[in-house]
Amino acid sequence: MDMKATKKKLGLKEKYAHMTRGLGWETTYQPMDAVFPYAKFEGIKIHDWERWEDPFRLTMDAYWKYQAEKERKLYAVLDAFAQNNGHLSITDARYLNAIKLFLCGISPLEYVAHRGFAAAGRNFPGVGPRIACLMQSLDEIRHAQTQIHALSNYNKYYDGFHDFKHMLERVWYLSVPKSFFDDAYSAGPFEWMIAIGFSFEYVLTNLLFVPFMSGAAYNGDMATVTFGFSAQSDEARHMTLGLECIKFMLEQDPDNLPIVQKWIDKWAWRGIRVLTLVGMMMDYMLPKRVMSWKEAWEIYFEQNGGALFNDLARYGIKMPDCVKQCTVDKEHISHQAWATFYQYGGAAAFHTWSPTDEEMDWLSAKYPNTFDKYYRPRFTYWREQAEKGNRFYSNTLPMLCQVCQIPMVFTEPDDPTQICYRESEFKGEKFHTCSDGCKHIFDDEPEKYVQSWLPVHQIYQGNCFTPSANPADPAFDPMLEVLKFYNFNLGHDNMDYEGSRDQQNFNTWRGLATKNV
Amino acid sequence: MSTVFIAFQTNEDTRPIVESIMEDNPGAVLDEQPAMVKINAEGKLVIKRESIEARIGRSFDLQELQINLITISGNLDEDDDTFTLAWNN
Ligand SMILES: [Fe+2]
Ligand SMILES: [Fe+2]
Repeated sequence: MDMKATKKKLGLKEKYAHMTRGLGWETTYQPMDAVFPYAKFEGIKIHDWERWEDPFRLTMDAYWKYQAEKERKLYAVLDAFAQNNGHLSITDARYLNAIKLFLCGISPLEYVAHRGFAAAGRNFPGVGPRIACLMQSLDEIRHAQTQIHALSNYNKYYDGFHDFKHMLERVWYLSVPKSFFDDAYSAGPFEWMIAIGFSFEYVLTNLLFVPFMSGAAYNGDMATVTFGFSAQSDEARHMTLGLECIKFMLEQDPDNLPIVQKWIDKWAWRGIRVLTLVGMMMDYMLPKRVMSWKEAWEIYFEQNGGALFNDLARYGIKMPDCVKQCTVDKEHISHQAWATFYQYGGAAAFHTWSPTDEEMDWLSAKYPNTFDKYYRPRFTYWREQAEKGNRFYSNTLPMLCQVCQIPMVFTEPDDPTQICYRESEFKGEKFHTCSDGCKHIFDDEPEKYVQSWLPVHQIYQGNCFTPSANPADPAFDPMLEVLKFYNFNLGHDNMDYEGSRDQQNFNTWRGLATKNV
Repeated sequence: MSTVFIAFQTNEDTRPIVESIMEDNPGAVLDEQPAMVKINAEGKLVIKRESIEARIGRSFDLQELQINLITISGNLDEDDDTFTLAWNN
């Protein structure tokens, strides 16, 4: 029998209502509170989950369709890149050191984000956020996979790409991004949403991806641009989820405001500390530069973040206090970070180098208040020493901040010649932090941060050596043994770019690509 | 007034989209960067399905924007006909 149905396509709003809200139900075998045990313990009060809005109104069927299209586009480019020796089109192999840092420090966090959003989706009783978190969780595993896949091309030719997962769990500077996500993941679902969904995705992600990917485009790295923009295309949805979540929490109950504000303050500072690595990459690691860290900060944090916080003011939300310190820091942190990596270039799985005169002139133009006064003399001195054959490598271990895990290298807000240290006491023990921001976070939850796995402490406790290391051997070199434990290819992954195997190979191959031999 | 923005990958799919947006939003400012095109506007930016369809000569679902989207700023509202970014201040 033929049923004649007039097929009217559902509008976006109707379709969204059926395919999200229509899929939820109240549990009866078990009380809802037992099914969703993490929904209340953080103190956030939600009265009506139905009021959750997803402005994209994306449903699962449309999600699959558009994600598949993104993947097809991405893999077409990756294939072309591999088939056409795309790795020789980059400006200079020096550039790849930024990408090594990205693969080891950022890509594995995409995977943690996947787990975190899966957990948040599981733990929220409301259907709207469950579906949005499910989509984001799938996006994040796609990001991890496509980044690892795209960058595996470089692993065929260059050093330092071979063991990112092993390194993430051990290496001193990688504990900075790792502990950031671990901190968020070990919080409750609402704090996770403020930490990652709002502070990281909404307030800070533009500072990570947009300059990074434009930088990759500028430096001829088609593989990175493509996965970056492909991942970024999901980001607008993630940002929207973060913003909607915060508005929803604030609209549901006035008691939520102080909790939300505290998390915003905490996670803005945590995120900004992690982004020091991005600042360093933009100012020192790209052979062709798009904009300085300071400029990116002004566009994406001061202007854009300013507009956002003005908008949230109607709920009583204030700009995080740390912004005052950040306004000072934007002129310093990238230089302080590169100076640190330059000195610890023996203990990093990527190469470091002295900025050239031309690069230093660019830095003075971008940082007229600070570069010539505080940093140029330092880099010039190190370069002179290197030219005399005394390339300086520090062999000591730095003290780490108990919260952000960055070595104590940042300076006092009112004196850029003085290292900033803060001290707290908990149960009769002393703990050190790098700043007022980190001290504040520690003092609020000392029970959590005393458990931090700090790479330097772990080395001193003897937990960072391979089983074959023998401290009784008179020739025992602790630093060398730690680098073996990190699985670095010593002499190839680390040390100065000048004279490295990457530099030699790239120049040889590029020569072959442009000549008949 | 606060600035809202939207950024797309620079490619053949987004060229007519960007043209439509610029025509529908007088006062919007185009900022072309490596591989990326960003449109800034004061307070509000509206993307209209019909304008894009008129340029590309086929029907267009506004959710297709997501394929080439890089980033947005502002509160979003999307329905079948418009995709709007705005700050409420
Ligand atoms: Fe991601
Ligand atoms: Fe810190």
